[in-house]
Amino acid sequence: MYSKKLARLAFGVLAESTFKCPLTRSVSSRVNAARSLCSWTLCLHHRQKNQLSEGFSRRLTRLNVRTVSQTTVDPAEVRKFQAMASKWWDLQGDFAALHSMNDLRVPFIRDNLLNMHGIQQLGKPLAGLRILDVGCGGGVLSEPLGRLGTDVLGIDPVEDSVRTAELHSSYDPDLRERVRYQACTLEELAEEEAEGFHAVVASEVVEHLADLDAFASCCQQVLKPGGSLFITTINKTNLSYVFGIVAAEQLLRIVPSGTHDWEKFISPEDLERLLESFGFYVEAIRGMMYNPLTGAWSWQQNTAINYALHAIKCKEEPQPGQVWAESENLDKPGRATNYS
Amino acid sequence: MLTFAKAKLAVLGIVRRCVALRALNGAQAVRRGFASTERDEKSSTSENELFDIIISGGGMVGTAMACSLGLDPNLAGKKILLLEAGHKKEMDKVPETYSTRVSSISPGSAALLSGLGAWDHIVNMRCKPYNKIQVWDACSDALITFDKENLQDKMAYIVENDVIVAALTKQLQTLSDHVEVQYRTKVVKYTWPHPYHVSESIPWVQVTLANGKTLHTKLLIGADGPNSMVRREAGIPTVKWNYNQSAVVAVLHLSELSDTESSLVWSTSHQHAEELLQLDEESFVDAINSAFWSNENHSELVETAGSLFRTALSVLMPDSGSARQLPPSVAGIGPKSRVVFPLGMGHATEYIRHRVAIIGDAAHRVHPLAGQGANLGFGDVAYLTKVLSQAAFNGKDLGKSMQHLLEFETERQRHNLPMMAAVDLMKRLYSTNAAPLVLLRTFGLQATNALPPFKEQIMAYASK
Repeated sequence: MYSKKLARLAFGVLAESTFKCPLTRSVSSRVNAARSLCSWTLCLHHRQKNQLSEGFSRRLTRLNVRTVSQTTVDPAEVRKFQAMASKWWDLQGDFAALHSMNDLRVPFIRDNLLNMHGIQQLGKPLAGLRILDVGCGGGVLSEPLGRLGTDVLGIDPVEDSVRTAELHSSYDPDLRERVRYQACTLEELAEEEAEGFHAVVASEVVEHLADLDAFASCCQQVLKPGGSLFITTINKTNLSYVFGIVAAEQLLRIVPSGTHDWEKFISPEDLERLLESFGFYVEAIRGMMYNPLTGAWSWQQNTAINYALHAIKCKEEPQPGQVWAESENLDKPGRATNYS
Repeated sequence: MLTFAKAKLAVLGIVRRCVALRALNGAQAVRRGFASTERDEKSSTSENELFDIIISGGGMVGTAMACSLGLDPNLAGKKILLLEAGHKKEMDKVPETYSTRVSSISPGSAALLSGLGAWDHIVNMRCKPYNKIQVWDACSDALITFDKENLQDKMAYIVENDVIVAALTKQLQTLSDHVEVQYRTKVVKYTWPHPYHVSESIPWVQVTLANGKTLHTKLLIGADGPNSMVRREAGIPTVKWNYNQSAVVAVLHLSELSDTESSLVWSTSHQHAEELLQLDEESFVDAINSAFWSNENHSELVETAGSLFRTALSVLMPDSGSARQLPPSVAGIGPKSRVVFPLGMGHATEYIRHRVAIIGDAAHRVHPLAGQGANLGFGDVAYLTKVLSQAAFNGKDLGKSMQHLLEFETERQRHNLPMMAAVDLMKRLYSTNAAPLVLLRTFGLQATNALPPFKEQIMAYASK
């Protein structure tokens, strides 16, 4: 593994394919197609590089792979992604960093849910909880959560990834019962499953969305009151550009290039503000760091590059422009925010 | 040529420290042959055939592993199976006669067994704690004594292997809802899965039994002794050599161990071992006594050098050395209690593969002179359980993620290899009459005996 990484560093062997997948969200006007951007993680949603007017930015479009392939999707991208779809479970392959990130995100999700709900059953600590994994890809995160006893629904717009995920989990009878996958988007699901989940996990997903407002609104719809939202993503700093894009993609070739757009990264403060405007209370933000030599992730104080965030849906719905008090569950002082 | 390796180290009788290789257990378990017919493997896995963990081999270490996994809270709900080729070893009442095969159980292993709830059963059946170890050299008057400061604490325990297995089996019965056990079940074939996900192939380890059934498991633990089939079939390279020695094991009558009986392990050349086996009981007793008391290997040079060195040491460290105890005298032996088995050293270069782990004698086999074989195995059990428990709490696939299995391998190899190297070195050092080496070990023994802190370090390491 080390020699492989050194070889990459020394000779710059690059995996050409990118993980652009058809995406449907409306696009902001500030698309920068000139920069070749890459990131630590693999993307499932990717906004279009075309310049669209700002009028689209608020419209929620339904994404269905079949319709997308006829309208907004570049067939070349879809083909590339289909080729990659089988590589999700190669532990030494391009998705290795995502697999090793499970060492951080699974305990993060598990411990926060245990704090709120308590241990349900020995051996299956999270039994009885329903979790939605947005942008599940090949099911890398859905499977460990399923093994901990939760009922997981993994959604992803790319059908091949969903099929790979289904195939992989079909061998294990434990997972077959508890982990389900669906090829659809969050908006489609939000209409069917209002207030159906104890937790929503969106790991390495928000940096690929164009319309975060729509995302936050849908999360708010599908979560039960008091439910948890877990997000891991990349900060928008100079450091994240240097390490997350230049080093990760061009120098070390840990992830394929063109996966991410630095413009789409969001800082924890902005994300917190956004979530609060949709009725969430942000309970924890922690920095994460990837060590390319060992291939392992670790927690750190600094959120400059990668970070994880845990937010809780407040029990009372706030009205925009109003002051609200925190949910009675939480012992935090109430905060007042005005939105115009 | 007679080698008095065992006599020289003389860890028996008053020393109360006798060890038998579990090699005999494992070897017998594997040596049963059956004709088998294999059914075609089903391409889909039915639920009742897929286990989370299968442990192959129900000796001391395998049964301890099954108990340990069954008791772990994070592994509750996992399907665990223990396969043992022999019959169930139950012991309602401890038999009058002593079993020849015993093990020295260190405090660390006793702690594990007590955590499993088996230690109480062992104490109620039969075990003998001991406080002191004394090692004599046949070629000189050098000796070394290990004891705890106040002789109150137990250094370790001598327990018959059958008692340990029976106690663990009893404990395992209380876990029957978590852990399934199949006795008289021999495995004929293992089929290994691809390490990466290949569609249309079964990703689990397939275990084919002699009765034709095939079981699937996410993790296979091999605890099947020094001639491990799991290790062989997985193609794990092993560093091994045979000492040209066999061990003669017998039950002696002194006036010690349980007031009448004591346990003997005499490591000597194959030829001598065979001769000893053929002797009638009286001659055998004479042979043992002469081995303890004879001075025929003492040389002038070594004796003089040794006594000079001892004088020098007593000047430097006047308090060193405790009471010197003489070697025991044997009155008789237990009837029909002599057994011989060959000795060797073996170490598997890897303890793990994709979906496989090996523990106990399957991974490491040592000379019985230091009484560490069983303890190394119990140490493996404790650590592997800890690693698997943590992995289950993180939602990992127990066999697939090499990361936690590698952690087990690294940690245990770091602990086991120095111990095995030391035991092998001791064995080689004491297998010779050549004067320079005898001098070396004479001085070494006396110097070590004079340094209590160093001895404490040795005891602490061996007690883990």
